[in-house]
This record gives sequence, structure tokens and C-alpha cells, in this order.
Amino acid sequence: MALNNIWVFAQAANGAPTSATLELLTKARSLSSNVTAFMGGDGNAIAVALGEYGATKVYAADHGSNLPGVAIAAAMKSVIDSGDKPDLIMFPQNYEGRDTMSRLSVKLNKTVITNNIDIADSGDGVTTVTPIFGGNTLVSTTFTGEGPFLAAFRPKSFAPEASGGGAAAVTAVQVPDLGATGGAKVLAVHVEETTGPKLDEADVVVSGGRGLGESDKFTMVEELAKILKGAPGASRAIVDAGWVPYSYQVGQTGKVVKPSVYIAAGISGATQHMVGMKGSKNIIAINKDKEAPIFGIADLGIVGDVHKVLPKLIEALKSR
Amino acid sequence: MFLAVTDEAKELTISSSRKGIHGTSRPATRVTPSLPEEPCASWVIADRVGNNSHPMNVIVCVKQIPDPAAPGALDAGTNTLKRDGKLVIDDSDMYGVEMALQLVDAAGGGEVNLVSMAPNSETSGMRTALAMGASKGVLVSDPALQGSDALTTAKILAAAVQKLGGADLIIAATESSDGYTGTVPEQMAEVLGLPSVTFAKKVAVDNGTLKVNRQTESGYDEVTCPMPAVISVTAGVVEPRYPSFKGIMAAKNKPIDEVKASDLGVTPVGWEGAGQKISGVAQAEARQAGEIIEDDGEAFGKIVGFLENLKVI
Repeated sequence: MALNNIWVFAQAANGAPTSATLELLTKARSLSSNVTAFMGGDGNAIAVALGEYGATKVYAADHGSNLPGVAIAAAMKSVIDSGDKPDLIMFPQNYEGRDTMSRLSVKLNKTVITNNIDIADSGDGVTTVTPIFGGNTLVSTTFTGEGPFLAAFRPKSFAPEASGGGAAAVTAVQVPDLGATGGAKVLAVHVEETTGPKLDEADVVVSGGRGLGESDKFTMVEELAKILKGAPGASRAIVDAGWVPYSYQVGQTGKVVKPSVYIAAGISGATQHMVGMKGSKNIIAINKDKEAPIFGIADLGIVGDVHKVLPKLIEALKSR
Repeated sequence: MFLAVTDEAKELTISSSRKGIHGTSRPATRVTPSLPEEPCASWVIADRVGNNSHPMNVIVCVKQIPDPAAPGALDAGTNTLKRDGKLVIDDSDMYGVEMALQLVDAAGGGEVNLVSMAPNSETSGMRTALAMGASKGVLVSDPALQGSDALTTAKILAAAVQKLGGADLIIAATESSDGYTGTVPEQMAEVLGLPSVTFAKKVAVDNGTLKVNRQTESGYDEVTCPMPAVISVTAGVVEPRYPSFKGIMAAKNKPIDEVKASDLGVTPVGWEGAGQKISGVAQAEARQAGEIIEDDGEAFGKIVGFLENLKVI
């Protein structure tokens, strides 16, 4: 089937579309000339930017104090019911993307395919590609039956590219009465302060894992990251242990990073971690266990104690 | 309302983002009154208002998965994940079970019950949760379910929740460790017509209302939500207890009600109900290992040289 009408679940941060939004718009544009951005909040502020990346239309649903997922899904359903039916809706694989597609999948009684890194329309069917087993196996899944097809994509699956399109036309969409499902309300928003480049945008990422031994040793990771003008990251193990906040987590359930240089300090390389960083251009790993899986993908592997290697490395870099 | 109303909120405020989680171990003995005969949802709404000492019933979704330590494999015939070996409780679900036990404990009574969908009448993962302190469970095991997508799974689990008479709160993990679709909790909420809060990293109950810190990209949101509701909890939200020997022995005799998809009235299921089919499986291009050296005390120099070559420094 042809993809004549594609929607992209769009998000804004700091007055601009998120990079995930631009990535999805770029891919959507290659599949169809009719691309709509569907977002929460006020669409006017970013209509120009969305148009520049290929959206010709913007639906904006003000969800107020509702959690975005349940409200935007209801708004999407009402637009579909009123006659604008997309063949495909592309979601980012993140909190709001997942919530929205989950709610909508039940409303439309349609399957969801998540964690994708690619999508193609062969004419006979729409097929997504999903990495499994830490990315060493790629599964192709084809939607069956009628659309709308619902698919979520991992960050950085596509390179964002501007199309030079004009500002997209914004249509405000009313969020329907949510009944009992709208019971959850956001009372306050807390932003964790960070300094330096953002983890998923930094050119250099230095991550620490359980091999650091204790939480205090994470300062070595932070210091090295700072010297290299990069961002500190972490494995799930030390996030779960409470050493660092969740926002530091690199991996399947954390951030996906693709920096020029990724330094893994005391990280063994669990599948959960590797899927979040194996796209890095250059990987340096330091680990005591020479059998650690991380060495299987490292460009430079140091079999050694992070407590000995990191201080010397930091010292050498500082004295330059 | 016959029980004393207290202004003092019995809150559970265990943060996942701090080092050292203390004071979470609780006495093993709990009062577990029997469930009311009538459907739970209406009972909850009618009787809960303004009373914090009311028993709280929680249902936890427990996934039983292949041992994560063993390498995963696809069934050559169906291209689905092989789940025919020994199954264990998904580690991610231990947090939900622990959270449920603590909330019920704080409420001063109630039950933690389980729902699970697994092949081959598998119960070993559910027994782990029962050994931790859950009371009983519903297992949906049915060859017809093979190939089911996340939406069908959510419908099945929602029906299993209803078979248990509903609950004040339904807890799931944010995603499973084997399939990690990550949509089932929110889909269940929609099927059940309930509000939901996903990615909860801190949960408290105050006067019958959930207070949740929900993880976001940039920090967290404070969210309030009436019950009944569905929440998904992040790993590390609480420190799961180890089942005691006594708990393990007791778990052997706790009831697990095994049912088929047809018993729950959910159709179609399996491949027939899935809006997708596997159309291909390929090996990804493997990343090659580079130079690996043993640290002789000077290996840091190698890293400096590597970074210089890349013009990072």
C-alpha cells in the first residue's frame, strides 16, 4: 500500500523541535509528500521549523495539565474520526511517544511496532527493521491489514536534513473529554540542572560502570568528561544502584549516544548498555576482565584497573 | 466509613536516585484479609474516600522470561523469541512486586496478586513473586497465544486483572527485559478505561490518591492520580526483598489459577490477532574489535595517542 498520508508525533524543547522530531520528519518526507506533525501544546512557535523539515501541516492539541500521552492520543483519534486518516504514524521511542502510541493503539485496535531503526514501503507492504539481541540481529516486521500503522523509532535512526519547506499550517485540535482515563494531572515540573554538553548530543562521552567500585569514584568519570569537553554517562547497573541519576544512563532503557569518542570505564558491556552506544564512531574501553564483551566492539581496549588508568590519563591530559 | 480517619499520610517515599536505600525492609508478617465478593472497582471507589487506613489491593503484572544470562535465540520456524526453556521472573518486575508489598503494608492491609501470560503452564517466575509475599495469581497459558503482539498481550492481561476482581492499583515494569516493546502497561490502562502514570520513580499513596514522581527527559514531573490506576515503575524504584525460606515454602501452596485466552473471552489472539508478521531476520554488520592491550602502567599513553589521532585533544 502506498503511504499517502504520514503523521509524525512532534515534540518541542526550549522553543525548538527536538532532534528526534526532525529525524522522523526527514524520514517521513522520503516516504510521502504529505507529512503532518502532530504535537501537544502550541504549534505556532515551531511551525516554521517543522515546515523546514518537511511538515506541511501541524495539528496542535493543548493537553493542559494532563499527561501528554493520553490526551494527545485522544486528540489524534478525534482527528482520524473526523476524516483525516493517516496511513502511518511515526513516534519517537521515548516517554511521551510510547504513552501516546499505546493509548492510540487500543483506540484504533492497531498493533504497535517499537524500537525500530528503519522503515521502508515496498509497495506490497510497509516493513520496519528492529535490532534485537543487543543489535547483532535485525528483524524485519511487516504490518498486516489496514492502517494507520503505528511505529516507534529509536533516537538517531535517521539523519535530520532540512528540506527548505515553508512554514507548516497550524490547526488547533481540542482534546476530547478523557473521562476516568484523564485522572492523572501534572502538578509540578522539575528540571535537573546539568552543565556541559547534553549526553545525547556530546561529541565525547565518558561513561562509568560497576567497575568503578563505589559511587565516589564517579568523580573521575566526570573530571575526564570535563577535560575532553564531553558529557558523563553511566551504565544501568550504577544508575539502579543510585550512584547517579537516571538521566546519565546510556543504553536500551536510557539514552542512545553516537559520539565521535566513547570511553567506557569499568563497564563490562551488557547488551542493555551496548545497544545505547555501539553506534559511536570510536570506542575506548577500560576494564579489568579481558573477557568483558565491551572489548568485542572497542577500537582501543585497555585490560586494566580503572582506578590506575583513569588518574594517570587525567593527569596526562591536564598537563598538556 | 467505620475506620478511624487519620490526617497523617502513610507515605512511601523511596527515591531511586539516591545512594543507599535504607529502611525498606519490613516485617515478613502481614495481615492479608480475604477479597470482597463483589467486584473490586466499585467497592474501592465507594469505600476509599478520605480514609488512608483502608486495605489496598494491588495487582502486579509479572513476566516470566528466558534466563537473561543465557544467549537469546529465535525459533527457526516462527522467528519468535524462544521461550521453551526454563523461565524466570523478569528482574524488572521484582521492583513492582516489592512496591506493591510496601504499599499494601503501608495501607495497613490488602493483598498483592499477580497476573502473567506465559507458555507451557510456566509458574516458576510467579512462585518467586509469591515467595516474596504475593497472595495468588492468574496465569494465562495457551498455545493459541504464540505470536501475540503487545496489544493482544495487554487485552489478555487486562482480562486477567478483571478475573481477579480488579484492584486499587495495577503495577507493571516499564518494559520487559526480553521483548521490551514497552507499551503494555499504558495499553492495559486504556483497555481498562483507567488513568495511568508510566515511568514512576517514586510512588506514595496519600488519602487514596497516588503521588508519583514520573521520569522525564530532563528531570521528573510530580503527578497526582486517583485510583484505581495503572502505573509502570522504573528499575531501582525500591530495593526488592529476597524471598525468605519460609516464603519459598509457603509459595508452593499459594493458588495460581490457570486459564486460556478463550476463558477470558479475548479473540482473536496469536498470529491471527497480531497486526504484524515477521518478514525477515538478518545478522547485523558486526563491529570489529580493535587493539586490545594489557595495562603495564603506561596504557594511559595509548589513550592519549588515540585521542590525539582523532584530534579530540
